[in-house]
Order: sequence, then C-alpha cells, then structure tokens
Amino acid sequence: MTTAPAILPARGLADRLTATFWRHPRVLLALLLTPPLLWLGVVYLGSLAALLLQSFYSIDEFSGVVKEEFTLKTYGELLRPSNFDILVRTVTMAAAVTLACAVLAFPIAYYAARYARGHWKAAFYLGVMLPLWSSYLVKVYAWKLILAKEGIIGWAAEKTHTSWIIDGLLSIPGFESSSLSTSPLGTFMVFVYIWLPYMILPMQASLERVPNSMLEASADLGATRAQTFRTVILPLALPGVIAGSIFTFSLTLGDYIIPQIIGNSANFIGMAVYQLQGTAGNIPLAAAFAVVPILIMLVYLGIARRMGAFDAL
Amino acid sequence: MTVAVEFKNVSRHFGTVKAVDGVDLAIAEGSFFAMLGPSGSGKTTCLRLISGFEKPTGGAIRIFGEDVSNTPPHLRNVNTVFQDYALFPHMNVRDNVAYGLMVKGMGRAQRHAKADEMLALVKLDAYGDRKPAQLSGGQRQRVALARALVNEPRVLLLDEPLGALDLKLREAMQDELKALQRRLGLTFVFVTHDQHEALSMADSLAVFNEGRIAQIGTPQDIYDRPATRFVADFVGSSNVLPPDLTRSLGGPSQWASLRPEATRLAATGPVTGTVKALRYLGSGTRVVLDANGTEIAAMVPAGQPVPAEGDATAIDFDRAALHLMGSA
Repeated sequence: MTTAPAILPARGLADRLTATFWRHPRVLLALLLTPPLLWLGVVYLGSLAALLLQSFYSIDEFSGVVKEEFTLKTYGELLRPSNFDILVRTVTMAAAVTLACAVLAFPIAYYAARYARGHWKAAFYLGVMLPLWSSYLVKVYAWKLILAKEGIIGWAAEKTHTSWIIDGLLSIPGFESSSLSTSPLGTFMVFVYIWLPYMILPMQASLERVPNSMLEASADLGATRAQTFRTVILPLALPGVIAGSIFTFSLTLGDYIIPQIIGNSANFIGMAVYQLQGTAGNIPLAAAFAVVPILIMLVYLGIARRMGAFDAL
Repeated sequence: MTVAVEFKNVSRHFGTVKAVDGVDLAIAEGSFFAMLGPSGSGKTTCLRLISGFEKPTGGAIRIFGEDVSNTPPHLRNVNTVFQDYALFPHMNVRDNVAYGLMVKGMGRAQRHAKADEMLALVKLDAYGDRKPAQLSGGQRQRVALARALVNEPRVLLLDEPLGALDLKLREAMQDELKALQRRLGLTFVFVTHDQHEALSMADSLAVFNEGRIAQIGTPQDIYDRPATRFVADFVGSSNVLPPDLTRSLGGPSQWASLRPEATRLAATGPVTGTVKALRYLGSGTRVVLDANGTEIAAMVPAGQPVPAEGDATAIDFDRAALHLMGSA
C-alpha cells in the first residue's frame, strides 16, 4: 500500500482557480455572464429603449426640429392613409412570404429529418446553407436579371410558348406590371427565395426530434397519413414552424433592399424607416415605424403561445 | 384451435442481411406467445411483420386466416405496445388512449368514456388529465397498454414492453400482464430478450437465433429439453456438455444438456473437478465445478453444506436427466 496524501497539492494557478470556483460557484457564473449581459443589456436593449423613446417625440413641421416632449402624435401619423398602406402592404407581404416558405420548406425538412442519412444529409445542409454564404445583394441583383423581361424565365417561357402564364399572372390586379422584376409578385418570389433557409433549418430540427415510433404508433392505431400529419407531426413540429416563421416574418417586415430593387417601388416599412431617418430627417416617425414590427411579433408570439405552439417544448 | 397468426416460410432480408429467414410459425388464438432471442436474432422484425411496419421479402403472413401481405398497418386489426411507449407528448393521457377511436371518427364524449374505462382497467383512472411527461415509467407503460387495447384488437403485440422498468416493477407488471391476458382472452405476442420473463409468462415461445427459429414449444419443453446447444446456452443455467463428456458419462457422442437442479454434490460421482466459483442465490447455492476444462454447475439447496472454492468434489445425477440435443 502506498501512503499518498488524502489531499493532493495544488499544481499551480489553474488548480487554485478551480478550487476557488468550486468554493464559490457564483463567482464563475458572474464572470461568464457579465460581458454578454453588458453587451445585451446596454447595446441591444439600450438602443431599443432609445428607439422607443424617440417614437414618443414628434417633429416640428416648420423647423424640422425634434421636440423632446412625450406625445402620441407620431403614432397617430402612422394611421394616415399613405402610411397605413405601407403597414398593410408590408404585413401582407410578410404573411404571404411566411406561408409560402412554410409550404415549400416542409417536404424538404421532412425528407431531411426522416430519410436523409450520411452523404445525403451533408448534401442537404450544403444545399440549404450554400446560398447563405454568398452576398445578399449579389443574389438580389441576380434575381433582378432572372426576372427581367429579357431574363431567363421570360426567355424560357417564350421558347416553350408559355409566356401566357407569366402574362396572365402579371395581369392579376395587384401584380400588374410589364415584367416579373417590376411586379410585387417578383418581390414576393425573391423574399421567399432569400428567407427559405431560415424556415427549413428550424423545421428540420423540430421534425428530427419526433421519434419514428410515434408515427408508427399513430398508424398502428388506425390513423391515415393525413390524420398522422394533422394530429401528430404538425403539433410536434409546430415549435419549429413557429421559430422559422418568426425569422421569415420579421426579416420580411424589416427588409428595405429587396422591395427597392425588385418590384414596383411601393414603400415597405423598412424603406419608409430608411427614407425617414435619412433624407426626411424625421427620426420620431422612423422610430414609430420601427416599433410596429416589434409589436406585431409580440402579438404573433402571444397567439402562437395561446395555440399551444410551445407546449411540446 | 384457431390460429391467430401464421407465418409460412416468411423471410425479411435487408440487402444481404437475413433479418428473418424462412420462419414458420402458428400462434394459437387466446395464447400468450413469446418471441425470445438475443438482439439481432429477428424477433422484433417478426413482430413488425405482424404489425405491418416491415414487408416480407418472401413467404406469407396470415392473421386469422387472412393474408395481410398487402395490408398497411392502419388497416390491420392488431395493435402494438412500443418499446419506448411512443406516447404522444402533446396530448394528455385520456386523449392518448382515445387516439385510436378519434381517428376512427368516434365522438368526443363517447371516446373519452371508453378511454376512461381502459384507464380503469390499467388502474390509472385518476391520471386522465395528466401529460405523459408527468408519469413514471411504469405508468407510461400502462397508458401504452390501454391505448393499444382501446381498439379491441384481435392480437396485441408487445415489443419488450418491460425492458425500461426496474426489477421489482417488472415482476409486478409481468403478473399483471399475464392476468390481463387471461381476463381478456386475447392473443398476446410478446418480444423479449429476457429468458426468465419469457419462461414465466408465455404459454408457448419461440427461441430465435440469426433470423431463424431454433426451437418452438412450451416453457417446459424449452427449459427441460432444449433442441440445440444455442437454446440451452441462451435459455441459460443449464449445463451444456460437449460430445466427449457425454460419451464418458455413458451416452452417445453428442451434445447434451444437464440441469443443475438434477445434480447433487457427492464424494464420488461420474464427474469430478475442483470448485471454481460459488454463487449464493438465497434458495440455494450454485456451485461451478471445473471438470477438466468444462464448467459444470450444480445446485446445493439451502441448509446443506457448501464446499469452499478450490475444494475437489464430484457431481452425481440421474442418467435420465441427461438430455441429448443437436449441435447447431
């Protein structure tokens, strides 16, 4: 038998530090949390508070000077028809983009979560992520060319004598334009393209957590595929769908570049904010516009919560 | 006797892997049938062939005489208790149990009443409003059982349902399952790798090895008269004697099995050796002898003197207890 001591000698600073942390567990926690909390608390929430504050100020219409007095006048301006149209247009677009992303993403996410293994799984991740690695602006301008009247879609339609499909779509009220690249339909398509990965990835993650035996149990108990989808897969995948829709919805609500490059130049919230804080110098109204997406997202999350989207978490 | 489930030369191959290979089987209606075997022996695949989650690559499966080769799982009148229970986490216990009735279109009040009946059957009447996550492992197991029974299936399939439970609970559930099966008169097909579980619960059982059935019979058949070395080894506790030892004991040159309970320690006997290990089992002591390189176990009942490790001793037994078997 050796006679090693019951307590080993500290080998250096690392041992003593570990011992200190063991005796005072909160010290380590505080050390780890302080920097990110400062960043989050001061930089993130602080700037958000400044934004909120600005939205309660108003601008003097003659001098263009911001009056630092609390008022709801600026929010009142949002309800003016020209401004309210922007809100409705943006929210409608965001909802349509989210819905389209969800419908397109589901089969891909389902396949990746249930069936893809090994190389196919790698190909899936690469395929979904690859577009995210290239510049956003490059992609949007590429789409402008693709959707232009002389672009590849128009060319292919002409060669296959299916131009009438595009012409038909472009004659639908609301979509009217001479080409896809100047129609709201084009804006919609590019939004769906750009944000789709943000829907696929959380959806796939949530579908991956649904064990196969649960789908088998459903079939075993007599459910058809449609019933299994409605009563088992969808409720269990809902947190992922909600997470994805938060991305697609809020990103569309805030984007100001795509509607500027593609579409009929009708204003969206992001564009309004950009113009108001820049050329117009109306910071309070820009801030009020910027608060709208935050409120919409809060309402949306509230509804999702009430619907039980987070029960399975 | 009505045959509930019948396999005729059924195979299920995955590429070159023969998960199930030419299995013939007939399970009597109202019996408790166990499929026993090590993991990868094909027993679970056989169960999934009955439920329809696997399709046979050869042969025919009949359930109550009807060929089910082209019948999808949701149209088969059999239900499964899954190994991981597979309860739906977003539904409460009552809705879980009522699920089978819900997808058939039964109204809410009626299906909830039936679900509560089923929950009473498994003694969980007070738990209908809870979520599965709020239940213990044993309770979840009962919910899975109630959910599978609510559709009144003609055959109930159980895939290692007790595997995740601790020993005491497992034994209690074994008795309960057996009693429930008797009461309902339902055909149970039970997959397990636990030989004690299979022997104590089943009316008859099939021992699987490498995709084939090594032996099929009553628990007594399997335990007392194992057909092959594999069965004797797997069902366990029996001594497996190699051919030369069998011959030296006056038998033919063939593998044989000898139950420890049929042996006794003696001053002289046909087999001599030194005591290698002792295992106290409460009701007796299992003494393992090293007889020229072959291990042979004998049971010494409680209260009788037990030799010490390293002692030289001999084993005597009734020649009739020596059971000859195939070498496979």
